[in-house]
Amino acid sequence: MYRSYRDQWLLWWIRGCAVLAGMIVLLIAVFLLLESLPALRHIGLSRFFTDPSWHPAATAAQGRFNLVPMLAGTLLAMTGAVAIATPLGIGSALFCHFYAPPLLATAYRRLIELLAGIPSVVYGFWGLVVLVPLIARWQPPGASLLAGILILSVMVLPTITLVADAAFSNVPREYLHGAAALGLSRWGTIRGIVLPTARSGLLTGMILGTGRAIGETMAVLMVCGNVVRMPDSLFDPVRTITANIALEMAYAVDDHRSALFVSGLLLMVMVIALVAAADTVSRRDGNG
Amino acid sequence: MADRLATIFVWSAALLVTSVFLWLLGGIVWSGAGQLSWSFLIDSPRNAGRAGGIGPILISTGLLLLVCLGVSLPIGLGTAILLAEFTSSTNRFGRLVRWSLDVLAGVPSILFGLFGNAFFCIFLGLGFSILSGGLTLACMVLPILIRSTEASFRSVPDEYRLGAAALGLSRTTTLLRLLLPTAIPGLIVGLVLGTGRAVAETAALIFTSGYVDRQPTSLLDSGRSLSVHVYDLSMNVAGGDANASATALVLILLLLLINGTASWVMGRWLRKRLITI
Repeated sequence: MYRSYRDQWLLWWIRGCAVLAGMIVLLIAVFLLLESLPALRHIGLSRFFTDPSWHPAATAAQGRFNLVPMLAGTLLAMTGAVAIATPLGIGSALFCHFYAPPLLATAYRRLIELLAGIPSVVYGFWGLVVLVPLIARWQPPGASLLAGILILSVMVLPTITLVADAAFSNVPREYLHGAAALGLSRWGTIRGIVLPTARSGLLTGMILGTGRAIGETMAVLMVCGNVVRMPDSLFDPVRTITANIALEMAYAVDDHRSALFVSGLLLMVMVIALVAAADTVSRRDGNG
Repeated sequence: MADRLATIFVWSAALLVTSVFLWLLGGIVWSGAGQLSWSFLIDSPRNAGRAGGIGPILISTGLLLLVCLGVSLPIGLGTAILLAEFTSSTNRFGRLVRWSLDVLAGVPSILFGLFGNAFFCIFLGLGFSILSGGLTLACMVLPILIRSTEASFRSVPDEYRLGAAALGLSRTTTLLRLLLPTAIPGLIVGLVLGTGRAVAETAALIFTSGYVDRQPTSLLDSGRSLSVHVYDLSMNVAGGDANASATALVLILLLLLINGTASWVMGRWLRKRLITI
């Protein structure tokens, strides 16, 4: 095949671009690891789980580095948010596909897309001035795990809805015609045919939503109260891993700074596990 | 019976989501619209942002976007061309790049902040600057940009490529004269979506472009973006809520404008939806 010099040049140029783009993840992982090394060497991984408390200091000997309360904060907020947003999100997607008249469905889809585009800092601000005072009137202090869960579920909802919506669009039309021919009711069709067919899509949506909930920083930082403690109830303030990084990065030095990178590394591991899970789910779907 | 219960649940879910949306948007508009004026958009913030406007902050935001898109656009375009035109779906290198972009898309923004701080600010010695912030944002928007652009190259009919090959055109010519013009709408959509993500970002910018709310004089100056301004006013400045909500309103209006452009472009040029997430 005929090949010009320009073609060769172009090929090398775009290969360079792709290598650069592909390297970013590697670069991020390497730098997180490099910055974590001092803490891992001086403090050791086990102390992040066994120390009596989180009182970081610039040297490993003076500080206490227990990440468990913050890990618990992250996991609790995430679980609560996904538990609320999943039924609402799937319900919303069902609404678009099977319940709403076409015009309303389009409008509702636009609304969900807008909701997905609202910046997290705006969610946080709204939570701070509207939601937190509302909860405070009922159960002070207001800035709490509950506020975090509620805000996060509004933020995760669009992700789950949009993925579920796409999964429902992929249900073969013949299945629905078959169900109609069998005289199944609307709910019977959904429960017996649509939900099982779209199951892996729904699961992917949930996993992506979980990822968003774990990684969210600004909104939880603004509404959760940020006290480092195991919460006893929904109304206790909590601090998440991400909020902790955002709060302490500004003044952290030496081993403290490095400890924050360790918590970042933990986050990265969780996210990669989630992406791999989503990958497996969608691949299994592709084969089956 | 179950049928009716399901109907009630689905409708009330939709109603609940809609009312939360209206509550959120209405609240921001209601509390922010009072402060909004022409002078708010061009004045400098005074008294830590409690008074005055957001002029320099708008400029910093614009510069951040300029750096972000200026860097991510050529890299994203090149990668998308490689993935769509020069690698088959079984190619190992292509699959590796695609996988790493998938992971990149899932990386939380705070980690981009940590990475940007360690790499751009300290390792490359750029310090807290608009350049560091913009480069961090560029890493963040790359997956969105590439996914959308790649999809638009793939949607160009194969007959175009066959026709060009039959005419003996070189691949470069085919690409520049035939495929690129056809794929431009998708590129614009990706660009707009990336811009939206970059404008909305806060966590990645706090430790990379910093907090300074003065007028930036060069790309190496620290500059505060709109979203960081909202965060700072509402969390660190007592009595900053009024201006915070006005800034939040400006931010939302900006995003609506960006979103509107995207859907206008999509509606005009693209038949099928390219972005599913």
